[in-house]
Amino acid sequence: MAVLNEEQRLLRDMARDWADQQSPVSAFRRLRDSGTPGVDPATWQSMANMGWAGIVIPEAHGGSNFGYLGLGLVLEESARTLTASPLAASALGAASALVLGGNPEQQARYLPGIASGELIACLAIDDGPRHQPQSFSTRASRSDDGWVLHGSKAFVAEGGQAQLLVVAAETDSGPALFLVEVDTPGLERAARHLADARDHCALQLDAVVLPEAALLGAAGDRKLLDAVLDRARIGAAAEMLGMAVQSFNLTLDYLKTRVQFDEIIARFQALQHRMARLFTEIELLRSTVEEALAAIDRDDPELPQLASLAKATANDTLHLMSREMIQLHGGIGMTDEHDAGFYLKRARVLENSWGNASFHRDRYARLCGY
Amino acid sequence: MTAQEAAPGGDALEVFRRDVQAWLQENFPQELAGQDNPLAAIEGNAPASPAAQAWKAAIGSRGWGTPTWPREYGGGGLDHRQAKILNEEMAAVGAWNPIGGMGVMMLGPTLLEFASEEQKRRHIPPICRSEIRWCQGYSEPGAGSDLAALQTRAEDCGDHYLINGQKTWTSGGQWADWCFALVRTDKQRKHDGISFLLIDMQSPGVEVRPIQLISGTSPFCETFFTDVRVPKENLVGEENGGWTIGKRLLQHERTNLSGGAAGRGGRGGGSLAKIGEYYLGKNDAGQLPDADLRTRIARFEMRQRAFRLTAQRVLAEARSGAPAAASSILKNVGAELTQERAELTLEMMGLNGLGWEGDGFTPQELMATRGWLWGKAVSIYGGTAEIQNNVIAKRILGMQGE
Repeated sequence: MAVLNEEQRLLRDMARDWADQQSPVSAFRRLRDSGTPGVDPATWQSMANMGWAGIVIPEAHGGSNFGYLGLGLVLEESARTLTASPLAASALGAASALVLGGNPEQQARYLPGIASGELIACLAIDDGPRHQPQSFSTRASRSDDGWVLHGSKAFVAEGGQAQLLVVAAETDSGPALFLVEVDTPGLERAARHLADARDHCALQLDAVVLPEAALLGAAGDRKLLDAVLDRARIGAAAEMLGMAVQSFNLTLDYLKTRVQFDEIIARFQALQHRMARLFTEIELLRSTVEEALAAIDRDDPELPQLASLAKATANDTLHLMSREMIQLHGGIGMTDEHDAGFYLKRARVLENSWGNASFHRDRYARLCGY
Repeated sequence: MTAQEAAPGGDALEVFRRDVQAWLQENFPQELAGQDNPLAAIEGNAPASPAAQAWKAAIGSRGWGTPTWPREYGGGGLDHRQAKILNEEMAAVGAWNPIGGMGVMMLGPTLLEFASEEQKRRHIPPICRSEIRWCQGYSEPGAGSDLAALQTRAEDCGDHYLINGQKTWTSGGQWADWCFALVRTDKQRKHDGISFLLIDMQSPGVEVRPIQLISGTSPFCETFFTDVRVPKENLVGEENGGWTIGKRLLQHERTNLSGGAAGRGGRGGGSLAKIGEYYLGKNDAGQLPDADLRTRIARFEMRQRAFRLTAQRVLAEARSGAPAAASSILKNVGAELTQERAELTLEMMGLNGLGWEGDGFTPQELMATRGWLWGKAVSIYGGTAEIQNNVIAKRILGMQGE
């Protein structure tokens, strides 16, 4: 069970202050209105300067090796104000793939850049609009001195700004992860504009020729794939926790100021009980997220269950919270001028990323043997 | 000087652990190992075996049934680390703590905080030894969720109060020796007209009638007070100051109730998936054949795990000094899980899970029926789910306004 130590609390407080002062929701709004959705180099630079891009990367490769619980706290706080950054994609997802599956040469080549924030990397896993990592239509075939990839990837998060992609493909011996630099011939990227106004893109892989050194770990190593995906799932859950907390706080503040029938509407019991329930659900979510993050750090054999528990709970909780946020705000919550819509849209994108609630309930049941 | 009196470091804790092991070896009757009955509290006053009585007397006189209470009042005087070691060593030999009931869960901690020195010396040691059974005189026919509407009157008659009125849902009233009660000492004021009184149930004028519940059991009573004389020395705190004390006691109650739900929701009855497998079998994919039910079981088990993680987190944060306003959350989710578990169990058993008595049912099936019905109480007693939500909204979220 996760109880934060002094250093972790300091990191969380620092991230909280940074998000409130350097990256408030108004910054995200400006970015959305700027015409380059989702990509904000100055904000990413500021985060990288704090060392956040290297939190799970070993010191030998320029990171701080501070652990996943620490990174989760930063993800929670930065997502709380909808910071548009590749922190989850690069510092968590791609960094985990390299830390877990990379050989010394691969790690030495890429991890220092990821740790400093200069190299943005991301995971390119799913072929379609749903999370289906059981098998991939993208194929990797052996060539004389390496591999050839054919296929496509959909909705690669932060893929537009990434220079390095960790691509999942099916080989004759099962799934495998490949390091693909974005200027490799045969690789095409196309932006996909989703409702959350973040950076997503589709990949087309047309006879992409890779050297043997592009393979992460061994072909057919499903455990590696699962371990990377579980980290991405837990990271997304941490971001969703931050969003749920902020959606709740904004809604509570609104109820305490909005007057109807000559009363502050927070005094109406019908609304009090809905808020009490939401508060309860978010408390449960926090427990699952912190436990899952701590489980990565202590290499818990139950990590897969805990990852699915955290992501399913995050999906259910943020789904409910984002709907209630709009409803409890009434008409003002429907306006683009208000931030509620940003949370609703981003919530659904993350709910559909790395497995929706039914995916994770099914997985949890299977992991428990029923 | 014994180990638990020293300021314990790592070595002292190891010495303490060995002391505990030796003491258990000497005092815990081996034939009782693993025979704890978690339902004893609601099943009534079953006669205890001589071995069980001996065990109760041994742990009670040592104070280890109330391990963290002060030694001067009969407690164990242990710190949290020592209490944890005691728990671990008891579990290791299949021993359990037979010292319980409302005296331990609710009244004792409240007396430690509010009672006079004389009252503590008189009433706490018998609780530590489980010699006196206490019942709770709070609710009345007209005062349930709105507890402060209570009417039971305590009239000032110089050296004593004269009590007239009716309490209901008096848990264990039919076999209690004493009752802690909220009574009205001022009719003009609502919350500020209530006092906290300790009443001897043997007093003339006390009458107890068990209430039969939908589950067929009678863990609660109606209690009638007709001209009952209670000496003034039995007033805890100030006259008309009982509401604060009474509310604090309810906090202890909530914490204990949610803790119970956490424990029982998990360990009792085994995993739901196993029950499902027994009644429904598995399909070729090794899954429960009813996909809808399988999903709901997964949803239940995941929520239960989230609940337990939250209970652990709240406990750990409370120890590190963070505010522990979470007992209402835990009580509500714990109650919901207890009820959901019972409903899912019934659903899997089909009509077998509704067996009332007699042949044709397994003991588990008969217990499932009674447990399901009894479980409807858990979101009502100790403050209904709605009252808990009021507490969350007002105390934690500050939604009361000016």
